[in-house]
Amino acid sequence: MSEFLYMGGYAFHVWTSYALAFVVLFINIVGPIVRHKKMLQSASDFQQLNEVMSDDA
Amino acid sequence: MMKWIHTMASSAWFYRFSGKCLPWLIAVFTVLFLVGLYGGLVTAPADYQQGDAFRIIYIHVPAAWMSLFVYIVMAVYAFIALVWRIKLAEVLLISSAPIGAAFTFLALVTGSLWGKPMWGTWWSWDARLTSELLLLFLYWGVIGLYAAIEDKRTASRAVSILTLIGVVNIPIIHYSVEWWNTLHQGSSVTLTDKPSMPIEMLMPLLVMATAFKLFYAISLLLRTRAELVEREPNSKWLKQVIKENDHE
Repeated sequence: MSEFLYMGGYAFHVWTSYALAFVVLFINIVGPIVRHKKMLQSASDFQQLNEVMSDDA
Repeated sequence: MMKWIHTMASSAWFYRFSGKCLPWLIAVFTVLFLVGLYGGLVTAPADYQQGDAFRIIYIHVPAAWMSLFVYIVMAVYAFIALVWRIKLAEVLLISSAPIGAAFTFLALVTGSLWGKPMWGTWWSWDARLTSELLLLFLYWGVIGLYAAIEDKRTASRAVSILTLIGVVNIPIIHYSVEWWNTLHQGSSVTLTDKPSMPIEMLMPLLVMATAFKLFYAISLLLRTRAELVEREPNSKWLKQVIKENDHE
């Protein structure tokens, strides 16, 4: 196991590369999901506001 | 045929269809990604020249391939958006840009991490590295230009034109290792020649490349859905979707 982590002396270069890949992939999934949720919420608020305004009129 | 295209290009249809596809795409991606990781980090033998440092290839090369692939796909969307004014193509175009930038960034940084122990330098202004860096700036340019123009239809048109102009950089990146004397090595895997690596090294690379392609599809669908909701907050289809969500 420790030999696996050692990566023949290239541990820093190999593991940094893989860690970075994880971070980049993670951001590109979670970011859009959060934004989608936010946009749905604001669209829902917008529609409700529109309904209230048209009821008043 | 035209009717079929218009159905597919409608926001309502795309939103529902992508919602159904996503769980499947995520499942297949996860399996391939794990298989690729295991193959690349465990079963592939250490390289006889580079030792274990070569394992960076399983991130670097798929990311670099995708950096070109995403740009080419964007150029196709740009062409469709300009010629037929299809809104969905505009949204797909702008939603692709951050993903392409992410792949390009990953290719550049992992290349640097690989270059340091192998070439003795983090960076060199050779043709391959410089043209790939230019690609990153092109992606950023697309994102910045879109954000800078208030009207999204006008912004999309501007971005489409910029994307199509930037296409000239793609063959330059691809052939840079042949046209110029670069520090970067030539391709290890091509469509025409036999690959210059053994099968147990090659398989994880192909699996990882497929996983990265699926990842692009997943991230693109997620981004496009968010963008559609943002662009059409008061549309009939979105009212329907929100009503259905409330009932669940």
